[in-house]
Amino acid sequence: MHAAAEVADHTGLELDKNRLLALYREMLLIRRTEEQLARSYQKGDIPGACHTYVGQEAVAVGVCARLRRDDVVFSTHRGHGHALAKGVPPREVMAELFGRATGCSRGRGGSMHLFSPEVGLMGTTGIVGPNILQATGAGYSFRLLKNARVSVGFFGDGAVNNGAFHEGLNLAAIWDLPVLYVCENNLYATEVAFGAATRNTDVAERARGYGMAGVAVDGNDVLAVAAAAEEAVRRARAGDGPTLLECRTYRTRPHAEGMRDGGYRTPAEVDDWKRRDPIAALRARLLGSGTADEEEFAAVDAEITAIVADALRFATDSPYPDPATATAHIYSDG
Amino acid sequence: MRELSFTVAAREGLAEEMARDETVFVVGEGIGERGGNFNTTVGLYELYGPERLRDTPIVERGFVGMCTGAAMTGTRPVVDFMFLDFILDAMGELINQTAKIQYMSSGRLTMPIVLRGCIGIGGASATHHSGNYYPIFAHLPGFRVALPSTPRDAKGLLKTAIRSDDPVLFLEHKSLLNTKGPVPDADADELIPFGRAAVRRAGGDVTVVALCLMVNRTLEAAADLAHDGIAVEVIDPRTVAPLDVDTILESVRKTGRLLIVDEDFAPAGIGAEISAQVTERAFDELDAPIRRLNGLQTPVPYSPPLEAALVPTRERIAAAIRDLVAE
Ligand SMILES: Cc1ncc(C[n+]2csc(CCOP(=O)(O)OP(=O)(O)O)c2C)c(N)n1
Repeated sequence: MHAAAEVADHTGLELDKNRLLALYREMLLIRRTEEQLARSYQKGDIPGACHTYVGQEAVAVGVCARLRRDDVVFSTHRGHGHALAKGVPPREVMAELFGRATGCSRGRGGSMHLFSPEVGLMGTTGIVGPNILQATGAGYSFRLLKNARVSVGFFGDGAVNNGAFHEGLNLAAIWDLPVLYVCENNLYATEVAFGAATRNTDVAERARGYGMAGVAVDGNDVLAVAAAAEEAVRRARAGDGPTLLECRTYRTRPHAEGMRDGGYRTPAEVDDWKRRDPIAALRARLLGSGTADEEEFAAVDAEITAIVADALRFATDSPYPDPATATAHIYSDG
Repeated sequence: MRELSFTVAAREGLAEEMARDETVFVVGEGIGERGGNFNTTVGLYELYGPERLRDTPIVERGFVGMCTGAAMTGTRPVVDFMFLDFILDAMGELINQTAKIQYMSSGRLTMPIVLRGCIGIGGASATHHSGNYYPIFAHLPGFRVALPSTPRDAKGLLKTAIRSDDPVLFLEHKSLLNTKGPVPDADADELIPFGRAAVRRAGGDVTVVALCLMVNRTLEAAADLAHDGIAVEVIDPRTVAPLDVDTILESVRKTGRLLIVDEDFAPAGIGAEISAQVTERAFDELDAPIRRLNGLQTPVPYSPPLEAALVPTRERIAAAIRDLVAE
């Protein structure tokens, strides 16, 4: 159960039909890509780990919808969604997990080390915590360079009891850095319930301890996330400092592909959250309000299906990296 | 040439680079108005203000991680640890992040960050203020490690470090800070390249590779031995990552004898690496086994007689050289 504190509502975010459909499209792209990755994992096509983002799509999409291309994102071990939402081509994400030379990290990274600085994805990470500090540092750069860019650090509830969270948020607060700290509270760190890891499960409330703005939103409501992100990004660009945004959500697949998913949570709990699916919710909302019709959704679905099929084909057909390049790029001169 | 102290020379290097490139900034504890515990930044706060001379809370992990993110996004941080010992709180960030991000990003991100701090045994500093630790960094892919022994090198290596797009450890032995030596004029803009050893004294009987403070001690010992007709060649690698083994080999081919003098521990240390590489590449040219003279492998004790027992002295270095020549 998430903490009982007041969750901000999202009135006030004005989005036209195209932008609303774009949010839907982005979330569906993540969902279908993840589902394909899960199938590929089961077939043995992915040589390493694979943590999917299924159930949490509204967070990455809602936040990244409010960013510019030159804003930067520092992500986690569960980063495919952040990568896609920030604009990394699905082909490159798929090829990276397949270990191919055409992947966004040229086969050096896999699921937990996606890099695409060209679109502002400054890395996902296999270590819980450091990306919070790096996001803080990007904020420091942007402040020093006076360029009004914004930095975002995504992290799970598992990171908020780590020293990196404390040190990073404190530094950003004292220097008013343009950083958005997005906690995706999905209630579990691997199989450890958040309530077993802290006395105070209200993450947003911790912001007060650092003297920064803190907001909690329904992380399965993409419009609520986007509205909160909009306000936080505005604050950051204006030089008014960082925000801690807690998005309350849930991952509906196991922690990682190939892991069992029992014992620490009940099937009823998972089913309950599946009924709160962020993609179905937006679709129902747009149908209900007459903003879009079934035909339009069918067209988006077909488009996404084709994109994912193309990404899979691309990954499968791509070459592996040349073993002779195994030690390239350790240093800047090669 | 002008005579400057090691500290003043290094500070001049930092000041020149900060004037040259406004993306360079310094973080640390007391490096703002106070000018640094070791006077590394005296006078710079007045010129560049708090954003570029950033006093931090006591969060070594935090500011290393922060500067790693800064280095990825267009600025060039210089992290001033004061005592290098404090870097240990940030090792996860450094080893898993700072050193690996260029590689993991397949060279699309650079990591222009300098990590500077004082090292070395002396002054009854005891075990939390006497660490050397450079072999750890030399072992890992991704780092450069500079160990200047003269004021001129301190300035020239620091300037190279700041202009480098790689993470550089720039380590200053506390006992060298007040030593003086010739330094070219400011407008010379001298950069000392990494991976190029300096032959500090030429001699044909025996090669001694000495690191950091040990360079000075070895030069003193070599002067003593010259009276007895022993000609010592003294090599100062200046950086241990990259390590200029070619210059050492060239000398060993001439002398046939090699001693490595290092204040830091012997096991898995820089001397072990030099010894292995020389053995691999010039075994047939050695007239005697390669010898090492190191500080004792122990936490550093406080009491002066205990502390002094750890470190190679001029006399012990001279004795080790005599023994090797007699082999
Ligand atoms: C420093 C560190 N310790 C342990 C791990 C192993 N580990 C990987 S993911 C994870 C749980 C993370 O939980 P959370 O941050 O809530 O993210 P979620 O998996 O729920 O998205 C752990 C313990 C790690 N990657 N890094």
